[in-house]
Amino acid sequence: MAPLITRRSVLTGLGFSTIIGGTAGLVLSPTFRDLVLGSGEQLAYQAHRLIGRNTLAPEFTAADMSPEFRTNGNTLPASSDYQRHMDTQFANWQLQVDGLVAAPKTFSLAALKAMPARTQITRHDCVEGWSAIGKWTGVPLGALLSQVTLLPAARFVVLHCADDFYGDTYYESIDLVDAFHPQTILAYAMNDQPLSVGHGAPLRLRVERQLGYKQAKYVMRVEVTSNLAGIGLGKGGYWEDQIDYDWYAGI
Amino acid sequence: MSITEPVDLPLSTAPVGGDVVVRHRLSTRLWHWTNVITVVIMLMSGLMIFNAHPRLYWGKYGANADYAWLQIGATQANTGFLRIGNLTVETTGLLGRWTDSDGQVRNRAFPSWATLPQGYNLAIARRWHLSFAWLFAVGVTAYLIRSLVNRHLQRDLVPTAEEVKPSHVWADIKHHAKLQFPTGEAARRYNVLQKFAYLSVLILLIPGMILTGFTMSPGLDAALPWLLDLFGGRQSARSLHFIFAMGIVAFILVHLLMVVLAGPINEVRSMITGRYRLPKEKK
Repeated sequence: MAPLITRRSVLTGLGFSTIIGGTAGLVLSPTFRDLVLGSGEQLAYQAHRLIGRNTLAPEFTAADMSPEFRTNGNTLPASSDYQRHMDTQFANWQLQVDGLVAAPKTFSLAALKAMPARTQITRHDCVEGWSAIGKWTGVPLGALLSQVTLLPAARFVVLHCADDFYGDTYYESIDLVDAFHPQTILAYAMNDQPLSVGHGAPLRLRVERQLGYKQAKYVMRVEVTSNLAGIGLGKGGYWEDQIDYDWYAGI
Repeated sequence: MSITEPVDLPLSTAPVGGDVVVRHRLSTRLWHWTNVITVVIMLMSGLMIFNAHPRLYWGKYGANADYAWLQIGATQANTGFLRIGNLTVETTGLLGRWTDSDGQVRNRAFPSWATLPQGYNLAIARRWHLSFAWLFAVGVTAYLIRSLVNRHLQRDLVPTAEEVKPSHVWADIKHHAKLQFPTGEAARRYNVLQKFAYLSVLILLIPGMILTGFTMSPGLDAALPWLLDLFGGRQSARSLHFIFAMGIVAFILVHLLMVVLAGPINEVRSMITGRYRLPKEKK
């Protein structure tokens, strides 16, 4: 007679218990649920960094560009400061670069335009699913960061913006791999025109291997930090804080 | 009645209708039930993600001002519609405009009963989708390796030369149409239509799903730019991802129908314990 408990039946039992137990745990425990549902972002982040930290996003030709590049999010910051800058064509506007840096600095728009520029035709992918291809010109973020010299504790770059939702100003953050990536630029021109207000004038981030909500518009300040806990509600970005969008948006 | 292993069976003990045989391997059964969870979660969360922008395009880009080959929406006159090319079908109550379980009328593409989560929540739907994608990937990888090693793929799933002859396929189509299912010893094997169905899922739909999913990731497009060439751009990949998903839905519906027609208790039991009672031969 065959033994009652075989290796096969133990394995079968273990397998099915894992499936059933995992499902039950997921349904019943909010902590387990967060753990499981948060795993995708972490795995994707690690996997993408593993397969290539400096891979270049595809660049396109002028023929590939979207006939119309739609705007979204805020298209006109409400702050009176911003409106004053808008009225003077951003002549007195300055970008502040500070935080964990040896020499904090401010840059006028003219000073940014005088720096070596990069132009790239890239695809903008909204988290909602649509894509638009446009041409961006700006100064590599890495070049700005080199001018201020990061301190050893630096881990993240936070972009503080002029626009707000219900009084909370927009912000986003990226790691240093993306901050120093050759295609990561602070763009002041789009499709060969000065950046429009709808698309983030005078300066917006382009971080080409991530989704649209990472492409912060109306950038006023670049802050270098060691962690994201003290910024906003601590998840590294406005939408991350408000509605749980993933901080790593490479997927 | 005897319990027999599926391999190395002496002719003298060949099973007959009424016998209980071991039909599904452990790896097959585990993968099947893993898929029940991962595929359902990914389909439902995928429909919620689709709801965020219920328009599909061909090519490298595609947004509201561009021509969508498929669109689900609601009209000014408060009717729901599905438009594919120039063909528009009114779908009020099912797609585009429907009433939720609280009696609230909503203008949204897929109804709440079909989505995960039920309400509009793109962030949480993406978390379900992109976390369970990893579990799905582990499952399909483990199954493929195991099934190549134990020769399940080569022995049970690849059709024989005899089976792919048009006359054989045609005969099998007629049997299906007449709802005549194999009995006795023949019921131990997959029939040729079954093999085609399983192989098209395994070779076309699943790899297609995974690769078009990869292509939608801006991070992976940087690392694997050939994906964009393979599918003709990110928006084409998004359209194909949706088409493959509908292919999987069609497979699941036919699969469930066949299980019900072939005897659901015996079929479901065989997918849990592996043991299957061969249907009795017709006298």
